[in-house]
Amino acid sequence: MSGRTIMTGNQAVAEAVRLARTEVVAAYPITPQTVIVEKLAEMVDSGLLDAEFIRVESEHSALAAVYGSAVAGKRSFTATSSHGLLYMYEMIWWVANARVPLVMVVVTRTIGPPWNIHTDHTDLLTMRDSGWIIAMAENVQEAFDLTINGFRISEEVSLPYTAGMDAFQLSHTSEVVDLLEQQYVDEFLPERRQSYVFGEEAFTVGCIGPNEYTARLRKDTFEALKNTEKVVDKVSREYEEITGRNCGLLEEYRLDDAEYAVVMMGAWSGDAKDAIDELRKESLPIGLLKLRYIRPMPYKKIQKLLDGKQVLVLDRDCSMGAGGILGVEVKNCVEATNIIAGIGGIDVGVDDFIKMFRVFSEGKLEVEKNGVYWWPPEIYDKGMR
Amino acid sequence: MEVKESILLSGNPSCQGCPHSLGLRALGLALDDPVVIIPAGCSTIVAGIHPKATINAPVLHVPFASAPAVASGIASAFRREGKKKQIVVWMGDGGADIGFATISGAAVRNEDIIVIVSDNEAYMNTGIQSSGTTFWKAKTTTSPTGKSEERKDLAAIMLMHRVPYVATASVGYLPDFINKLEKAKKIRGFRFIQLHSPCPPGWRFDSSKTVEIARMAVKCGAWILWEFDGKLSFSPASRPYKDKMKRTGLTEYLRAQGRFKGIDDSDIETIEKNIDMQWKFLEAFENF
Repeated sequence: MSGRTIMTGNQAVAEAVRLARTEVVAAYPITPQTVIVEKLAEMVDSGLLDAEFIRVESEHSALAAVYGSAVAGKRSFTATSSHGLLYMYEMIWWVANARVPLVMVVVTRTIGPPWNIHTDHTDLLTMRDSGWIIAMAENVQEAFDLTINGFRISEEVSLPYTAGMDAFQLSHTSEVVDLLEQQYVDEFLPERRQSYVFGEEAFTVGCIGPNEYTARLRKDTFEALKNTEKVVDKVSREYEEITGRNCGLLEEYRLDDAEYAVVMMGAWSGDAKDAIDELRKESLPIGLLKLRYIRPMPYKKIQKLLDGKQVLVLDRDCSMGAGGILGVEVKNCVEATNIIAGIGGIDVGVDDFIKMFRVFSEGKLEVEKNGVYWWPPEIYDKGMR
Repeated sequence: MEVKESILLSGNPSCQGCPHSLGLRALGLALDDPVVIIPAGCSTIVAGIHPKATINAPVLHVPFASAPAVASGIASAFRREGKKKQIVVWMGDGGADIGFATISGAAVRNEDIIVIVSDNEAYMNTGIQSSGTTFWKAKTTTSPTGKSEERKDLAAIMLMHRVPYVATASVGYLPDFINKLEKAKKIRGFRFIQLHSPCPPGWRFDSSKTVEIARMAVKCGAWILWEFDGKLSFSPASRPYKDKMKRTGLTEYLRAQGRFKGIDDSDIETIEKNIDMQWKFLEAFENF
């Protein structure tokens, strides 16, 4: 399949995994990621994808299995969401510390209780400190593009890569997508390379070592992830040359001349752009800085782009006791106001953004004493019984 | 049998009288070209501390509950390359507790791997805590007055997964263990061996007596050697003890171990009854 078509985020991710000539897939179903697993199983069964599909019994084993296949030299993929991600959390850190390249898609979903299958971003952001490269898609096209970019970047820096996409809003929503022809993907994605391959020579991986050795490895990983900034720049430029689509670290939207800047990530950024268009008609100088990558976090670039602007960071996630996670991140380099909204999948549409941005620009956003504003206020004021 | 070098090198940091060392040496004698996957446990230490390594084979250390799943991924990778190496998961009974779903999942998928549980009947690496295979009445640091529940029969549970090969073995009968590995290596698919591994510091007996204690367990019938390769059969070392009258030394076996200190005659009677039941249970499979 190539050319322009219509598909859901889950289908597009499966197509990207196929085009990347992935050799091993292990995944455990969880709403709303299930379709990715089903599509890949179908592709393997029908011979459309020449790969091994491991029907694991849990997410912990899903990541453990692709760790095994990846460390043994094969391009490997898994996907999960929310509680599945938390269940594999031990392996998330192990894979990163072992410097093994592989790709995982996280369909972002609220963490319970109460049970909730709708999107927010806290699950993905629990990976923030683990050493993974973390990207987040705005639309189905980006979910497709980032998955392909992911294999290339991951294998170039020997770190695992995850791309997030919002539950249902992307995973189950059909959008127009430009797929790539196999030859272009092959050109963009050379044969897999990694810093070591397990299974041939008699060497030991992961054994106990002196503390200084562990410390040195952590610093190496830290620096490798920092340097991934340059690799993302380079790889996304190459990808843009082939596809005309940029998947770089950041996307600026009407930001140049803006006095007010909104910072956010994920599917709702599209609605925020529409809101910005509306407000621009009223001559409100507002723009958007979309984060496409959370790790590496390009603090210097962000600081430069936001310099002198009034900054509003929108979070669909929360670091308990601190604030929105992106808010905490962005405040590393600029002063910012922080709104937490859309938690538990609460709809936040263009009208909400217009209202939000207007109140913000008028300086009327009353930040609670804990430094973060929970939107929309009426939900929290009324209480729910 | 051609003489091979041990894959476990000398100078490894195992305790004196360590049963895992015996098992690992036998492993290297039986298998031609193993890769070894080790989850957290005593063998994490036995395998050596960087920059030294004591197992002369590719060794991958992995998180506690993950080993059979990691091995599954490696099996997939090897299959794609046509690589014929034996993928061995070497774990303890702790790994088999915390990673039970993982072993079960790999068995259900009939993964082309050999899982060996070197069973020392407690979590020894963390300092002797009770496990699913800890013997009834055995004292551990989490059962200081003796374990109040029966042990689980891991090998029989694995048998119920309808995999091609399941066996029990003992470090007291290494030729039998080697024979079983030799047999297992010729079979493709999921193979499981539970290796009885008496632990001197954990069971409280002198480190010179590991093999002796292991043999006592077999002779009194408390540990039964059997294998299933399509049909269940008792292994030669255990076969005589099908006859209850030939089982000897249960009291001596228990009294030789500090973990059973204070055990009384009625406890021993109960243990004897449970041993009888275990034999009947396995005989039913033998005759099936």
